[in-house]
Parts: sequence; C-alpha cells; structure tokens
Amino acid sequence: MSADSEDEFMSGMSSEGGFEDGNESDSVSFGEEFEDDEPALDFGLHDKDITSAPKKPYEVDFDVFGPRDIQKYQDKQIDEVGAILGQPPESTAILLRHARWNKERLIEGYMDHPEDVLEKAGLGLAGAVPAKTMVVDGFVCDICCEDEPGLETYAMKCGHRYCAECYRHYLSQKIREEGEAARIQCPGDGCSRIVDSKTLELLVEDDLKDRYHELLTRTYVDDKDNLKWCPAPNCIYAVECGVKKRDLNRIVPTVRCDCGHYFCFGCTLNDHLPTPCALVKMWLKKCEDDSETANWISANTKECPRCNSTIEKNGGCNHMTCRKCKNEFCWICMGVWSEHGTSWYNCNRYEEKSGSDARDAQAKSRQSLERYLHYYNRYANHEQSAKLDKDIYLKTEKKMTNLQSSSGMSWIEVQFLDTASQALQQCRQTLKWTYAFAYYLARNNLTEIFEDNQKDLEMAVENLSEMFEKPTSELAALKVDMMDKTSYCNKRRIILLSDTAENLKNGSWKFNIDINTA
Amino acid sequence: MFASKRLGKELAKIHDKLPPGISVAKAEDLQEWQMDIKVLDDNPLYRDETYRLTFHFSSKYPIEPPEVTFNRTGGFKVPIHPHIYSNGFICLDLLGKQGWSPVQNVESVCMSIQSMLTGNTKNERPPDDEEFSSRNTKRPRDVNFYYHDNDV
Repeated sequence: MSADSEDEFMSGMSSEGGFEDGNESDSVSFGEEFEDDEPALDFGLHDKDITSAPKKPYEVDFDVFGPRDIQKYQDKQIDEVGAILGQPPESTAILLRHARWNKERLIEGYMDHPEDVLEKAGLGLAGAVPAKTMVVDGFVCDICCEDEPGLETYAMKCGHRYCAECYRHYLSQKIREEGEAARIQCPGDGCSRIVDSKTLELLVEDDLKDRYHELLTRTYVDDKDNLKWCPAPNCIYAVECGVKKRDLNRIVPTVRCDCGHYFCFGCTLNDHLPTPCALVKMWLKKCEDDSETANWISANTKECPRCNSTIEKNGGCNHMTCRKCKNEFCWICMGVWSEHGTSWYNCNRYEEKSGSDARDAQAKSRQSLERYLHYYNRYANHEQSAKLDKDIYLKTEKKMTNLQSSSGMSWIEVQFLDTASQALQQCRQTLKWTYAFAYYLARNNLTEIFEDNQKDLEMAVENLSEMFEKPTSELAALKVDMMDKTSYCNKRRIILLSDTAENLKNGSWKFNIDINTA
Repeated sequence: MFASKRLGKELAKIHDKLPPGISVAKAEDLQEWQMDIKVLDDNPLYRDETYRLTFHFSSKYPIEPPEVTFNRTGGFKVPIHPHIYSNGFICLDLLGKQGWSPVQNVESVCMSIQSMLTGNTKNERPPDDEEFSSRNTKRPRDVNFYYHDNDV
C-alpha cells in the first residue's frame, strides 16, 4: 500500500465534517485535511479500493451512500444522542432534525437549558401521553365542526385536540402534497409542536408512511452540508464530500456517483472541470441571455451610438431616432443627424468626428461580441460533438458485436471501443468547459500554457473521434492505434486538469472579472 | 365533501354574528364568498373606505388555506399597504401553506387582514409591485411569496 493510497483510505474513515466549522483553518480543505473524530458514514459496506492510484490535484475525496446506509446512520446517531440526553428515539429524532444534525451543539444546548431546547424544537411540556386516539364527551372538532358523540379524537402533548379524521387529512396533505416530513407542526394555530413519528405511525396509512420515511431521509441529506443527492434522474444515492462552499473558487469538487453520473458537488451540475462553479454560473447565464440571439444581432443590427441599445433597421430612411434615448443619428455613418446639414437622407460623409467615435465604440462592442462568440462556438461545438459521439457510442455496441463475429475476437477483446468512446465523452465535456474558462481568463503566460494544453487535448480528441468513423472491417486492425490514442487523450486531459487545478488552488489564475462577486 | 360541512357551519355563524367592520357581501355557494371589511379607527389611509375580499375554497378547505384577494372591480379599490399588491394579491403568511392552520376560518382571516390594515402607516405598495402585478397572472396559491418582514 503506498503512502498516498493509505492517506486516501484513512480519509474515507474520518470526515463527518460540517459540525466543527469553527475549528478549521481557513485553508482550502480538501478531503484529506479533515480531522474530525467522528467516523464517516462508513459501515464497511463500501470497500475502498486501497490500491487505487495516487490522487490527482483535481480529484477530491468522497463517498457514496444508498438509502439504507443513510437510514442506518441516522438511527445510529439517534440512539447515541438519545442515550446521552435520556430522551426517547422519537423526541431525539426531532431534536436532531431541529439542530440540523449538529449534535455537539444540541447536546451542549440541552445540558445548559433543556426546557428551552425542547420548547424550540416543538417538544415542550414533557410528560408522557400515550399516542392513541380517544373519545371525549361533548367534543367539537375545530377543523370540521363535527360534534357527533363517539368521535375518535387525537391530540399531542400540546393538547390541541381534533378529530382523528381531520388529523389524518391534515397529515396526508402535508406529506403527500407539500412534501413535508421533519417539521410538520400541530394543526393548531400558532402551535409549533412538531408531529412526532409515533403520532404518524398511529394515524397515517401505510403507503403514506413509506413516503414519510423517504422524506425524512431526504431532509437528513438536505440538512447536512457535506451530503448531497446525486442529481441524476431516479438515482437513489447520496454523496458525501468535505469540500466547503467557501472553497469553491479554489477547487472544482467533481464526484462520481455509484450510478455512473459525474457531477460537481459544489453546484450539483454535470461535471464542469476545470471551470470553477462561479464562472460556470456566469457563463451559463451569459449563454442563456446571449447566445441564441447573439448571432442574429451581430448580423442584422447596430447599436445606438449614445445609449448602446441594439437597433434593427427594418425599413425606411437613414435618419434614425433611438426609441430609448431619442438620439437622432445616421444609420450609415452613425454620426449625429444634425451634422448632416442639408445633405439629408443621403449620407455621403465619412470622416466626421462624431461618426468615427461612434464607429469606434461600436467596433469595441462588436469585438467583445466576437470574442464571446469565439468561445461560445467552440463550447457549443464540443457539446454538440459529445452528443454525436454519444450516438456513435450507441452504435459502438453493435460494432462490437459485428467485430466479434467478423474478426473472431472475444468480447473482452473488443472492449477497447467502449473504453475509447467513454474517454471521448469525458474529454469533450472537459474541452467544452475549457472554453468557458478561457473566456474569463485574463491574458498572461499561464493562459498561453493553458491554451497549449487545450490545443493538445483537442487534437488528441479529434484524432480519436475520427477513428470511430472508420468502417467496422478496419477496426480490428486499428485496435492498438485506438488504444494508444485513447490513453493519450486521457493523459492530455489529466495534464490539463492537473495544471488548471494547481493554479486554481494557489490562486494563480487572473480573471477578467471578479470571481468572488459572481 | 370535506369542506361543505365546515363551510356550512361557518356560514351559519357569520350570518349570525361578525366582529365590527366585517360583513358578508355574498356567500351563495361553497366555492366562493365575498366579504367586506372596513378599518374602524381614523387611519387616514383607509378612512371611509370599504374593501371587498374574495375567498376561494378548494375541496380541501380547511386543510388547505383559501385563496384570498382584494377585488379591484365593481368600484372597489385595493387598499394601499406594503404587503398588498395592486392586483389584489395579499402577502400574508397565514394564507400560505406554511403559516395556515386548519383552525383558522373566514372570520379569523378577515380579522387578520383588518388588523394588518389598521396597524399600517406606510402609504406604499410592495417594492416589487409594478413588476409583480403586471406580469403575474397566476393564481395566488401558485405564487411563492417571500414574506418580507413580520412587523407590518
């Protein structure tokens, strides 16, 4: 076992994270720097691959958990804390959820002022009332106004009593329609008592109970900063990662869920290495605002020389009046209209000062648009190519079967196609984001190294991509070449990402915007 | 239906007796009622005005809150208030799913809105009124209000 892999192994064993924010230094906390004494959600169910290669600068430590692991871990914490506080599990669960699973703070607070803590969590007025419905003489339900004798009624410790039917309706509304679980309050007005799980067990039908427990597990993950659900559709796993929000400008925490989905732990968007979340957010916003229309605008419009509003000339003469700022100008030379004197409607002037200034300003704005389009087109192209590559990937399987029969190769021998196609996908994803990243980079020596790396990866990717176009009959002969190209692609990607991540971590990149205000 | 018995009882009660300044304008079915409210003290913002509220009840009332808006047709004005939009929408936590309790009823909602007006001294609309009212064609229940503050 190498030192590095042991390190990674050990960090998998520690890292409850999240509880002791105050104790950590302000340095970037990658996974291995966690030193909480709390064991992680690890039950030995997840065997770490302890022989894995040493970590790359852009990789982070993380663990993946299924719903049962999460449930188990919740239960374990509830038992532990319940034993310390001397509270039954239902109440402990409510207290822990109220404290957002910060148990140190909960225990401390409880030791100092137990009544306050109970009251705030909606558990005030201790004293055991068994969870059961009962018939009360002369009862009128405040919700449905029912007053039949023999009506089953229910109240929690707060004493707000309603008929069992209304209680049921209320709970099912909260659970089914509003997706609430951990913080459902008593139906009484202004009563903050939380409906505990015993009450639920008593009143709610079985199918709703499952939903309730699912929602509870959900809130557990939602409550914890170091846990996130995998955003892939229908994925049931949650991922634990110790990277904090404040570190996101210095690392791009990309994790791989057990379902195979790569995503960024910081923003839960798809893998966007090497671009930090803040830039991704800015870029996506910009693209949303600009890209669809930018091309058209660039070809068909000019900007008002005074207020820069974009203007389309859809007919008429050259005497333009900006609808926004009422500036009057000539469409041809962009100069102020008043300077046109008597040569109205026929612009034969060129070098008037106001006109050339306006054209300068406009050229600048064109230039900035062109710069954006340069990066955007490449970004969009890789996105598009990745989709096309994906189509090929789907055909790959067929190719693999064909190849097996035509060349007599075994299944295992044709796996290189699958590997190559996956590498292609991943590299395109990375390349795509390098363009968004580059758009925000200020020009310096580092940028040039970055662009070289980008170019190398791009060439490697296109070379590999090209091979997929070859007819199946030639593929067998190209196997070694293809495997070489695949591993070269992967290598170029690692080099690019490592270099970018190192510089990001050290704060060496200079951006043309302020990343901290993004 | 769940709502009918409860609304029937409420109707009997409000026809019988209502707090001062609150009256029934129309309650002919169990889907929609109209209530009139007046501000009783001398608050210059609302003096001598009667405002009309429309209540919409879903079949899940009172588990679900009713939808309550101020009328702006039929000669009625929407009272000026930092939590009331000019399209008649009311930003009040007890009308949202979080703040609603099934123990609340038409009378208590009217009283809350009445006291919300009584206590107000600001002659202003919510900060985002113009944009919200011009753009928002949704029903109040589909709007996620952000409750600006709790002291008005």
